[in-house]
Amino acid sequence: MQKILIANRGEIALRIIRTCQAMGIETIAVYSEADREMPYVKAATRAVCIGEAQVNKSYLQAEKILEVARAEKVDAIHPGYGFLSENAAFAQQARNEGMIFIGPKPETIDLMGDKIVSRQTMEKAGVPVVPGSGTGLKTVEAALALAENIGYPIMLKASGGGGGIGMVLCENEQALAKSYASTKARALAYFGSDEVFIEKYIADARHIEVQVFGDEFGNLIHLFERDCSVQRRHQKVIEESPSPFLSDSVRQQMYETAVKAARAVNYTNAGTIEFIVDENENFYFLEMNTRLQVEHPVTESITGLDLVKWQILVARGERLPLLQSEVHSSGHAVEFRLYAEDPVRFLPSPGKITTLKWEEKEGVRIDSGYEEGGTVTPFYDPMIAKCIFYGADRQKALEAAETFFQEIKIEGIKTNAPLFLNILANRDFQNGNYTTSFLTKTLVN
Amino acid sequence: MKEITASMAGTVLNIFTAAGESINMGQEVLMLESMKMEIPIESSIEGVVKEVKVNIGDFVNEGDVLIVLV
Repeated sequence: MQKILIANRGEIALRIIRTCQAMGIETIAVYSEADREMPYVKAATRAVCIGEAQVNKSYLQAEKILEVARAEKVDAIHPGYGFLSENAAFAQQARNEGMIFIGPKPETIDLMGDKIVSRQTMEKAGVPVVPGSGTGLKTVEAALALAENIGYPIMLKASGGGGGIGMVLCENEQALAKSYASTKARALAYFGSDEVFIEKYIADARHIEVQVFGDEFGNLIHLFERDCSVQRRHQKVIEESPSPFLSDSVRQQMYETAVKAARAVNYTNAGTIEFIVDENENFYFLEMNTRLQVEHPVTESITGLDLVKWQILVARGERLPLLQSEVHSSGHAVEFRLYAEDPVRFLPSPGKITTLKWEEKEGVRIDSGYEEGGTVTPFYDPMIAKCIFYGADRQKALEAAETFFQEIKIEGIKTNAPLFLNILANRDFQNGNYTTSFLTKTLVN
Repeated sequence: MKEITASMAGTVLNIFTAAGESINMGQEVLMLESMKMEIPIESSIEGVVKEVKVNIGDFVNEGDVLIVLV
């Protein structure tokens, strides 16, 4: 594998380029007209403009990206996360044209992309799933009847959804009746399918996921968990490992269940099994992400591994570099997603970053997509950087984070850095005592 | 003629009103999705909806007219 096209942008494109450079692999970046000045465009061996700013005119243009891949004669495509990373047709088409898609098999992407089918698959494999609909809902009456059966509150979700978009919390019958049609319409406009389903809403839950990795030889291992319970609008803000909440016995059970879930679909390459965990440590399969995760640096920090390198090795047909007994977790890592957004109302704050000063000391890793003088445009995810802190224990990692966010200087755009200082000063967070409702409950109201 | 415009570029996720309806000040009339976030658009004026200029799924730029009131 000598040349890889990166079908993504921002920090993750830079992250992939870094590993490719270390492995002596050339990189082809693709970019939209709005991203011409982005650091990843300059860092790649070559870069090709693929269209206008809007994602459906550039980063979601599978055909256009494949055209560039053909013209550049690349050996493989790395999709990053988001965009086309979980698009089975894109993965299949790349394969049909003799290129390697760095990720799992297209059939696996397809299977796990449909949230109803993935629930069914996991149930069959003996993996616990959240109580809910076994099939797509046909009518609002069917939805109401099922919800009555499961008990409110429930989550109404789009089968093709993910990433926190396309789901609505319904506290009662009236709310479900009101949201049903609009959720269907949104699902159709957004994911191309208006299929929806219901899951019981688990209050005071934690969102904990397990990193898994498989190769073509049937080797499948886990790389420990990440606790992603600090969220806003169902989107992650802070992730850490180990989880400060789980007991060791449940932690172990969760690893075993994650490997079982991945084995049920003969999983290859990097993947993540997301679980929702209730206050009594009962855990349920939520979904599987068939790609590299945004928060993969947390796992890299506690294991000392390069997951992008592993992805490339497995994709070119090699065995996993380590067996389960050879991977170890040590110390504590926590990642904060620095967003260009108002820290109080969580609304996006695009603009030119006139000042960007931070210190990358020992134990601090910054995966940034931007540099000083760059512009955050309103077309893409508002994340400007991931700030990862590592320490011998949780307290040391959090101390490093606090110092970092006290010293950080960003001007020109609003960011959620002030929010991080509030979180770090919060007693419950310090004690690891937080659930998915932590942000809305503690800091907003 | 009074207009409600987009506060930022994004995709129309949901429309909460239709022609002929009266709108109060501060009422949420439309939901935009931008930068993976839902941006509620509230009316800063009162009036009756003459025309909704966009459809669910449309991409709009900052300043584009979303709804015309009379």
